[in-house]
Amino acid sequence: MRLRELAHSRTGDKGNTSNISVIAYKLADYPHLARHVSAERIRACFPGLSIGEIERYELPALGALNFVLHDALAGGVTQSLALDAHGKCIGAAVLDLELPDA
Amino acid sequence: MKSIRIGTGAGYSGDRIDPAVDLAERGQLDYLVFECLGERTIALAQLTRLDNPDHGYEPLLEARMQAVLPACKRNEVKIVTNMGAANPLAAAKATARVARSCGISGLRIAAITGDDVFDAVCNGDFLIEETGAPVASVRDKLVSANAYMGAAPIAEALAQGADIVIVGRASDPALFLGPALHAFGWQLDDWPRLGRGIVAGHLLECGAQVTGGYFADPGYKDPPHLARVGMPIGEIDEDGTLVVTKLPDTGGEVTRATCTEQLLYEVHDPARYLQPDVVADFSGVTMMEDGPDRIRLAGGSGHPRTGLLKVSLGIQEGWIGEGQISYAGPGARERGQLAADIVAERLRLLGVPCRETRGELIGVNAILGPEPDTPAPREVRMRFAARTDSRADAERIGREVEALYLNGPSGGGGAWRSTRRVIGVVSTLIPEQLVSPRIHMMEA
Repeated sequence: MRLRELAHSRTGDKGNTSNISVIAYKLADYPHLARHVSAERIRACFPGLSIGEIERYELPALGALNFVLHDALAGGVTQSLALDAHGKCIGAAVLDLELPDA
Repeated sequence: MKSIRIGTGAGYSGDRIDPAVDLAERGQLDYLVFECLGERTIALAQLTRLDNPDHGYEPLLEARMQAVLPACKRNEVKIVTNMGAANPLAAAKATARVARSCGISGLRIAAITGDDVFDAVCNGDFLIEETGAPVASVRDKLVSANAYMGAAPIAEALAQGADIVIVGRASDPALFLGPALHAFGWQLDDWPRLGRGIVAGHLLECGAQVTGGYFADPGYKDPPHLARVGMPIGEIDEDGTLVVTKLPDTGGEVTRATCTEQLLYEVHDPARYLQPDVVADFSGVTMMEDGPDRIRLAGGSGHPRTGLLKVSLGIQEGWIGEGQISYAGPGARERGQLAADIVAERLRLLGVPCRETRGELIGVNAILGPEPDTPAPREVRMRFAARTDSRADAERIGREVEALYLNGPSGGGGAWRSTRRVIGVVSTLIPEQLVSPRIHMMEA
């Protein structure tokens, strides 16, 4: 199944760093997400982008993971030549991630 | 238990105005907060102020004040805002003019200055966080240096009887923490309560992003009536517990899902959200449904502040020139790519000095980059952008794209071009002692 069936996401930016939250619709699905949605699997969602270190933070009480993608925004909103200089669009791509059935 | 009601009247500089009027009229609010100052906005405002010493504040200030002042006066709603941008004093005077033109008198308007630390960072020994270079090394290109101030001066202005508090650069959540400090008399080292105040500010600072805006995904997440989405109301009690809600008969929704997305928005380590007043800790936050469109957040906390303030440095980084043109039908992608290649070669042939260029196909690789095996699209839009040192060179980029009409691949249409100034924003940290907030009170 796709991550999109179990979770939703929002992307934010600070300077050249992006953060992507992955939030379970149902708290009961959080352990499944925590087991399968690793920083390396997030990296694999972006074969066309250059991204530095990725950190993962866990918020079990909220059923959420927070991924911090360093050096991900071609300089950040104030300098980048990118069409979406904030990188606000990119997080949606993680919802395509394939997961084993819960 | 004592509590206050704070509404968000704007979550960014260009935000809708009518939901703020609705809140002022029907919200039974104590405070209405307008957050209008982005990272880069203050540097642009500083340039405006250099051109005209009476400007450099939020361009929509007069429109917003004119729309909400009558209801705020009638319902005794105090206003807190960072619409002062690079010139809080001029913003306060402009607000006084709007009040008079609306026939409103007896308002106390406070402008808070002190965030401008241009001289301090130029004369000090500070390093740019992103590059490690000394701030002094970019002195020639430096446009602005503004420290993120905290909530204490806002609370102090309210204690002095201000009806409207106008700041420049302050941390966004501090606009909400300030009223809470004032209302509840929290100590400035009561870290858990300050942390919860920051949770409240963070949930509310982006306006409708917590009430169903920036959330819809048809078939998965379907908040109703986004054309009239309601701005949020926060009910904060003296322990710092927050209920997020919105007015009845407005669009959008307040759910655990909308609140969780906003809690993590632009956050890195949730246990260490650095603020001027406190290091807020979101890691223990819990959410409970408390009725329709009502979510109660508890469990936030905080740790001692670092004693350092972040300073946004605005730096002139030249110009960006850009052009776009569309292609459709069979071979659209190949013709779009040929167009990008032609522009790149033209800029080389002409010797246009570009510091960086980017040619891409919107609909193919402009957002997520080049991915293997993407299907051929029925239409594409070629976009070419470059950074240059001069405005004249930047204008040549868009002109070369436009000239593809007669000189490029077949079937190009809808060409468009633009030129804009680039203000890069980087940051440094300075000791909080270097920032001396000052409150200027005026009567309108």
